[in-house]
Amino acid sequence: MTVLSALARPGRTRTLAAYGLAAALLLLAPTVLSPFRLDLLAKFLCLAMVAVGIGLAWGRGGLLTLGQGVYFGLGGYLMAMHLKLADAGPGGVPDFMLLYGTGQVPGWWEPLRSPIAAILLILLVPAALAAALGWAVFTRRVRGAYFAILSQALAAAFTILLIGQQQTTGGTNGLNGFRAFFGYDLADPANRLMLYFIAAAVLLGMVAVAHQLATSRFGELLVAVRDQEDRGRFLGYDPALVKVVAYVVAAVMAAIGGALFVPIVGIISPADVGVVPSIGFLIGVAIGGRATLLGPVLGSIAVSWAQTSISEQFPSGWIYFQGALFILVVAFLPGGLASVAGVARRRRTAERSRA
Amino acid sequence: MDIIAQLFAGLSLGSVLLLAALGLSLTFGQMGVINMAHGEFMMAGAYTAFVVQGVVGDAGVSLLLALPLGFVVGGLLGLLLEATLIHRMYRRPLDTLLVTWGVALVLQQVARDVFGAPNVDVRAPAWLSGAVEIGGLALPRTRLFILALAAVCVVALALALRATPLGRRIRAVVQNRDLAEASGISSRTTDRVTFFIGSGLAGIAGVALTLLGSIGPTLGTNYIVDAFLVVVAGGIGQVKGTVIAATALGLMQAFFEYSTTASVAKVLVFVAVVAFLQLRPQGLVSVRTRSLA
Repeated sequence: MTVLSALARPGRTRTLAAYGLAAALLLLAPTVLSPFRLDLLAKFLCLAMVAVGIGLAWGRGGLLTLGQGVYFGLGGYLMAMHLKLADAGPGGVPDFMLLYGTGQVPGWWEPLRSPIAAILLILLVPAALAAALGWAVFTRRVRGAYFAILSQALAAAFTILLIGQQQTTGGTNGLNGFRAFFGYDLADPANRLMLYFIAAAVLLGMVAVAHQLATSRFGELLVAVRDQEDRGRFLGYDPALVKVVAYVVAAVMAAIGGALFVPIVGIISPADVGVVPSIGFLIGVAIGGRATLLGPVLGSIAVSWAQTSISEQFPSGWIYFQGALFILVVAFLPGGLASVAGVARRRRTAERSRA
Repeated sequence: MDIIAQLFAGLSLGSVLLLAALGLSLTFGQMGVINMAHGEFMMAGAYTAFVVQGVVGDAGVSLLLALPLGFVVGGLLGLLLEATLIHRMYRRPLDTLLVTWGVALVLQQVARDVFGAPNVDVRAPAWLSGAVEIGGLALPRTRLFILALAAVCVVALALALRATPLGRRIRAVVQNRDLAEASGISSRTTDRVTFFIGSGLAGIAGVALTLLGSIGPTLGTNYIVDAFLVVVAGGIGQVKGTVIAATALGLMQAFFEYSTTASVAKVLVFVAVVAFLQLRPQGLVSVRTRSLA
């Protein structure tokens, strides 16, 4: 059976075939793309990791999180801090601190000197924040729009804090100018290729995790809580716990995306993590199909690609385009492009039964 | 003396938040619609003041003209949005949020293309320049004017909701939409009028903001997040909750800012709102319903 014919079949085989096709495309991309385009693709893959998490929390769980930039930013900034300290050498002080700050490394930066501690913190800090906020909000049954607003306010507060603490966070400029990634020179093309493959492998791993979660009992419970929270509660489940887990998983995925974004793109600044980019993450998920497995990934990559190519030619065109996408897709095609086939099929059957 | 200065700073910030949040809580309360373009309606009000001043010239006359005109411009934008998009989506409040965000992006870019990306200034009238001295404390007249304007808007809205037939219809729809319809109230018309008034209040807020500094296409985004926090903390559907929450958030911001820094104060206010929702998940004042919560 060829991959393409399997794609036409429903169910498990089709999922596997689509996954295999995606993996093959990612593996072959370096042979056709120029190094510059490959770097761009690697960046898009990092943004797509955030989308996988949003697909789980929003698509499956109905949690409209407008603040994923916070977790993306936490992962990114923690990684950037580690790279800065590593570049400065043992006991050294990052260059920008000599410029704006006291010339001393603040105490809360120190643990990030160790690569292992940095990786652990990249996973644990966002998870802890998401668990704390999620627990506080969901157990008190604050939900729907209220949760969306709170997550957005978190993004606003986070950005303002980053800009305000210029001596230790680089302020509006953010952190940039990294030389090496865990000892590997970032200017070396071979290492950049390695980074691309790491990003591709991590993304595929996340999609597999998301699939596993979505098809497990947890995934069914998540959908149940999205559609009929009270019924789930009356059946003896704890909807708050289910939501917290989904929110934490989405946060960790966003943080990993942010952590890989930093060595690939070479900069992280408040402009990458604030209110506007946080909502921007959602449009790709909405277009691809929020409740599907590969939809968020493909939608996110397509939107990133469109953003790059449209802004290259018409600088102001992208914002109109993005605005129009939000309006048209969410209002008229809430299931995303993944639902087009289904909608068309239903319409055809309806016409046939009428005839 | 310091305490009184902080108190005034807080009240002044609170009055700005109140102007921004008043219309928001009205539309959110009645329809459960989160209008992310509310901030851009404020921006439209601010640019209305800019255009009126360009035509009229005299700063005092243009301010008094811009207030009602800003209300109409904001209101018409809201009416257009309601009639084209929002009324299709009353059953999907979260999706409305994203759709209106798209509208907000488009409106911002329109402002950038029409008026240019750099900020523009609107001159304050002579009778608002300078400050009033009270007990050795200098209170800027523009700030006092905004306080008074917020008070007038609150009283006018409260009276309109309480004492007019229209207000009675709005309250009926807020409390129980189906029953209101069964009693012969056209919820369709009521929704449109509510949206007009709510968006119009955003326009007034925008005109007021021109007194505080220069205005630009992203004016709305600076206030919208805080305005939403006010609505969440205040509870929906009642003017009272919005007034108290706006004042409280303004005061908290001013006092935290005094003892720490502006950026830390923002984080503390956010934490305070989340902590407050632990006590009252529905916000300060909420309409009692029999739905499961």
